[in-house]
Amino acid sequence: MSRNDGNVTANKRTDSSVNKSNPKNDEHSHVPSEIALRVKALETVLTEKKLIDPAALDEVVDRYKNKVGPQNGAKVVAKAWVDSDYKQRLLEDGSSAIAELGLLGQQGEHMIVVENTDEIHNLVVCTLCSCYPWPTLGLPPTWYKSSAYRSRAVSEPREVLREFGVYLPDSVEVHVWDSTAEMRYLVLPRQPVGTEHLDEEELSKLVTRDAMIGVALL
Amino acid sequence: MNSIHDMGGMHGFGPVEVEKNEPIFHADWESRVYGLVRVWYPWARYKSWGSFRHNLEKIPPQDYLNMTYYERWFYVHEKKSLETGIVTEAELERGRASPDYVIPDLESHPDSWRGSRRLNEELPLKFCEGQTVRARNINGFAHNRLPRYVRGKIGTIFSINGVYALQDTNEKDEQPYQQLENVYTVKFSSKELWGTDGNGKDFVYIDAWESYLDFD
Repeated sequence: MSRNDGNVTANKRTDSSVNKSNPKNDEHSHVPSEIALRVKALETVLTEKKLIDPAALDEVVDRYKNKVGPQNGAKVVAKAWVDSDYKQRLLEDGSSAIAELGLLGQQGEHMIVVENTDEIHNLVVCTLCSCYPWPTLGLPPTWYKSSAYRSRAVSEPREVLREFGVYLPDSVEVHVWDSTAEMRYLVLPRQPVGTEHLDEEELSKLVTRDAMIGVALL
Repeated sequence: MNSIHDMGGMHGFGPVEVEKNEPIFHADWESRVYGLVRVWYPWARYKSWGSFRHNLEKIPPQDYLNMTYYERWFYVHEKKSLETGIVTEAELERGRASPDYVIPDLESHPDSWRGSRRLNEELPLKFCEGQTVRARNINGFAHNRLPRYVRGKIGTIFSINGVYALQDTNEKDEQPYQQLENVYTVKFSSKELWGTDGNGKDFVYIDAWESYLDFD
């Protein structure tokens, strides 16, 4: 199960995490890329045919660019840290407990929260596509959608975790959650030692996206 | 279907590369594609569109790997829009709707309201928590959500997650939204999945519709 069994240079050219059309350049270029023109054409034609409403499209883009993100999941985690009743509800029925904070939505209607402990570390992946709890974490980072992560998280999670700088003792179990149906997973990280005096809002600032996916410790 | 999208356990993709301070979208067109998919979602609206995920899976493997996530999303929408006559090549080339356009009368999906949400239904349970099950060996071209790496493997029912419409497609490439099933979370040991290359302290959970599982 070595991960060094492929030619990494070749992988860089073919892996989906590396964009052949290089959108980063598009962003700083005054000449729109071919795909940008094609997207614009399809949007315009569909708009002229009244099949889509560009204002609704603007609204959803604005929401996911500026409003929905890991800060939502962080609120859930911080509340669970300070309120043991809430934590119990969250682990028993993630959807209802997250709904209490008004944070359910598309691609996050049925939420399951899994708790990291001294004995168990949890890691979330979607090997078949890139399912991700949008309402609590926002849109997924490119690495989460990459072939490398999707292929390896289930077969060599400890090697993947080490690449993220997470070194787990051999005694800790690793539980990998492959989101193959409509349940979406959120990891409840362990509260950092020495933060017991902080309030909920201060604690939420310590919670990172990667910790809620399971590729980071706090 | 057995294609490149089903990546669990594959080798050769190298280390996970992380982009520091990654923006939500790398270019404006990516955000427009995301918005388009969210506000239009023709996959649920028109029967002939089949399943969004199946259409992503049908991208030839060599192209799939060369496309980014949003390139794939756009590719399948553009392709289906053309195939179903919702837009024409000439319109896309000009970037304007033809003045005398006709929107084809596509059959709608009577059951698509069920979508992918948990339904307020109860069905008799075939399996109970803690029960040993074997994942079925499914190999059709149609769409299903059972990853290759668990097929034929033995696991245990970890939890029961309610009733959902099956997300598979049938032989006509339609989603049988009316087919409701219990969905279970199934726990597999790493050793069961990967043999001696597995780790005795690792476990993998998948979510499976009832028809993906058999008694062992």
